[in-house]
Amino acid sequence: MTTETLIWLIPLPPFLAFFLIVLFTNRNKSVSHTIAIGAAFLAWAGAMLVFLRAIGANELGKEPFTSSINWIPTADTWLKIGVLVDPLGAIVLFFVAWTVLMIFVYSVGYHNFGQPVGDHDQAGLPPEGATLEEHGHKHRVPSVEPMYSRFFAFISLFAFGMLVLVLSDNLLTLFVGWEIMGLCSYLLIGFWYAKPSARDAAVKAFMTTRVGDVFMLLGIVFIYSATGSLSFKDIFQPQVLHTLAVVPTPILGLSAGGLMGLLLFIGTIGKSAQFPLHVWLPDAMEGPTPVSAMIHAATMVSAGVYMVIRMFPLLSLDPRTMTFVAFIGAFTALFAATIAVAQNDIKRVLAYSTISQLGYMIAALGSGAYVAAAFHLVTHAFFKALLFLGSGSVIHGMEHGVLHTGEHTDAQDMFNMGGLRRKMPITFWTFLIGGFALSGFPVLTAGFWSKDEILASTFGGHTAVFITLSVAAFLTAFYTMRQITLTFLGEPRSPAASHAQETVWTMTTPLVFLAIFAVGFGWTGIPEHFPILGGILPNWFHEFVGSTLATPPEAAPFNWIPLLVSLTVALGGLLVGWLGYRNVRSAKEDALQIPVLKRKWYFDEMYDFAFVRPSAWIAETLIYQWMDKGLIDGLLHLFGKATAAIGSTLRNVIDKPVINGFFGDGTAHVVQGTGRNLRPIQTGRIQQYMLFSLIVLLALVGLAYYFLMRV
Amino acid sequence: MVPLSWWLILSAGLFSIGLFGVLSRKNAVAILLGVELMLNSVNINLVSFWRYGDVARMAGQVFAIIVFAVAAAEVAVGLALVISVYRQRNTVIADNIDMMKW
Amino acid sequence: MDLSQIIFLVLAVVILSSGLLVVTTRDIVHAALWLIVTLFGVAALYAVLSAGFLAVVQVVIYIGAIAILFIFAVMLTRKEMRDRGPQLSATWWFSAIVALLTFAGLFLLIRSWTGFGVLAGDIPAGFDAVGQLGNALVSPNAFVLPFEVASVLLLAALIGAVYIAFSRK
Repeated sequence: MTTETLIWLIPLPPFLAFFLIVLFTNRNKSVSHTIAIGAAFLAWAGAMLVFLRAIGANELGKEPFTSSINWIPTADTWLKIGVLVDPLGAIVLFFVAWTVLMIFVYSVGYHNFGQPVGDHDQAGLPPEGATLEEHGHKHRVPSVEPMYSRFFAFISLFAFGMLVLVLSDNLLTLFVGWEIMGLCSYLLIGFWYAKPSARDAAVKAFMTTRVGDVFMLLGIVFIYSATGSLSFKDIFQPQVLHTLAVVPTPILGLSAGGLMGLLLFIGTIGKSAQFPLHVWLPDAMEGPTPVSAMIHAATMVSAGVYMVIRMFPLLSLDPRTMTFVAFIGAFTALFAATIAVAQNDIKRVLAYSTISQLGYMIAALGSGAYVAAAFHLVTHAFFKALLFLGSGSVIHGMEHGVLHTGEHTDAQDMFNMGGLRRKMPITFWTFLIGGFALSGFPVLTAGFWSKDEILASTFGGHTAVFITLSVAAFLTAFYTMRQITLTFLGEPRSPAASHAQETVWTMTTPLVFLAIFAVGFGWTGIPEHFPILGGILPNWFHEFVGSTLATPPEAAPFNWIPLLVSLTVALGGLLVGWLGYRNVRSAKEDALQIPVLKRKWYFDEMYDFAFVRPSAWIAETLIYQWMDKGLIDGLLHLFGKATAAIGSTLRNVIDKPVINGFFGDGTAHVVQGTGRNLRPIQTGRIQQYMLFSLIVLLALVGLAYYFLMRV
Repeated sequence: MVPLSWWLILSAGLFSIGLFGVLSRKNAVAILLGVELMLNSVNINLVSFWRYGDVARMAGQVFAIIVFAVAAAEVAVGLALVISVYRQRNTVIADNIDMMKW
Repeated sequence: MDLSQIIFLVLAVVILSSGLLVVTTRDIVHAALWLIVTLFGVAALYAVLSAGFLAVVQVVIYIGAIAILFIFAVMLTRKEMRDRGPQLSATWWFSAIVALLTFAGLFLLIRSWTGFGVLAGDIPAGFDAVGQLGNALVSPNAFVLPFEVASVLLLAALIGAVYIAFSRK
């Protein structure tokens, strides 16, 4: 089979899985997860095959695997859609396929497949446990998720959306995949739909990303009207790019290319939860943990970054757009990190961490570091997925403890945990690897290499960005170590923690795989001039991904300062985090529980006041009460009354007197009167009859004589 | 020599007299008397036309014979009716026999 | 004015005056008797018209049967005639006008055609009027059908009169 055909087929298995599960296998849990995992496996196999061929191909950047078909006829040309696998696409396809498969397998265990049905479980609420009678005494165990098959259907659709986006060769199908993922994020964040907080979070996610999507769509439309095509190949033609760079637009003095890039970037601000549209991502933790992993590591937020990386030739046309991008990225990185240090929920820390890391990637891109941004995207996907799945495993272990003790302990609060390294070893070691990767622990973790490359790229020429990112890196290491210390080290701080236990193999095996990547992947991108280690392995990543661009970017020259800064902040943050929290017993002893940080700099409150309440007022009062009920209904009622008035007038003025009275009753009266008046003629007296008839006869004879005889 | 018109005028006169009697007499039997006069006038008419036409054509006389028979029948039935009404209503005044009024 | 005209005029006066008396007399018995006079006059006229058979039939049938029948009827309804009020109805003058109009119309009609001024033709010698009448009445080429129908009519009248006048005790 040709590579192009294979590429077309890759998104198909998850799509089919979605329909099959929804239509046919909803009741059967094992058949549903088999179909879903089978589909993910097929997509993974196809993706691996394509990836192997891609890295074996010659000059993939100049001659990517591509195939397109005519789709919409437009006057005398066609709008074409198709697939494209160039080096960037191949790398992204690689990590998407791996993380998706790992998350699918993990979900089987996460949703307690094989466990009994819960005592009071309802569809729409998280499962709460079942009571088992064993050897005469009852104990409570975790129960299976009631909406098990539905979950697998939705994540299959999610996988489909991401694959469509990654494999597209044009902005239209990219946007289609983008929106499918937006829909799935709504469906999955609100998976436990009976919880009001989950419903609100789903709506918030959808609405916030929608704001970004509107601007992105404007950008796409602008691109289409300016260039006449949506395919990347056509847009990135040198002449087209050159024209777009010089044509001015009336908005902010940007060139056409700059404005397009800005509009598309706003879509990324929404989708990748950058400031100011970051508010949805922490709330999205309401969804089940595999969803958080999927959305916030493997797929959705990565899609935003992928899109701007893909559109880099367009973005880089205008320096002001690039500055804006870099500013947003750097600011978000620091901003989110400050909030993360004050969070107590294990998943919230990771959520803000994601926002912060995405800021890193975007700041890198804004500074022109194309390869560094792509490198960090891939490594982040692996270790963030690992961390999220690990946190899910921790929560499951804690839930087991909660069910065992029967107390109502929050299984997600880190201050209830502690000492879990002994109870959950596999989770501990994989989480540790992921956490160190996030912090940028030197050499051994992939996060070090990608973060170091970003810092190195921004050092020369973008000093403000460099400083901001360094501070953020320190905070990142600090809160990560805080998290690990509170969760795994020390002694258990609650009865639930002391009764926690390790989770099933379907949950721990993906953790191991992801940990391998979190360690090993970094070694594909060791810079050439790195001391001691540089040169042992070629910087394959830089060569490969860099060839996507028309002019491959130069690797940043080696400089000691960024390397030292990186080492200092990473190791320093880890040390301070460990020291600060190894003896903390409860939240009261935590010095960083600052209200402003805990309340996320009050952004949610500001948005509620500025946007949500006015919208609700407009909808409820202005439109519904005044316009709909008052104006439109009022008009209709007026029509009704007018028609009724006309009707009754017609009836009383015309119908009753004229038609009924005059014609109807009048005729009857006339006939009756005539009859009554003529009746007396019939007297019964024959002489009168004879008289009358004779008179008439005489008259007739006279007339006949007069008229006939005169001839 | 009597012209035909004299006979006819006589017959018309007798007819008118009979008509007057029919129309104006109170007693029902008297009305029938008037009818008889009218029938006789008709007969005079018929026979005079026979005589003053082709004598060989007996149609005139035959018609008169038939009129006799009809008159007899009519008188019989009419008087039977009058008597029957008299028995019912005890009256022969035509104006009182108005049971067929509306 | 020759003899035939005088005879005619006398008979005409008799008939007309007795007819008038028939319709104006108060006493109904008198009216019936005056009718008999009228009928005799008519019979005489038939004789003048050389319709001898008819004259005899007139006397026998009309006077002998019909007039007698009238007298029977008068007698049978006699009770009512105790009071001798006016015998003409209230609107007799109107009927008189109508009768006069009728006569006037007929008179004018008769006068208007000069063909009515013919005189009677001679009866051929040896003309057997009665025999001819008899032939006419029973000959299939002539008037046997009306004759038979008239007899049926008389039968019907007979039955009808009996039925109507029959009083159930």
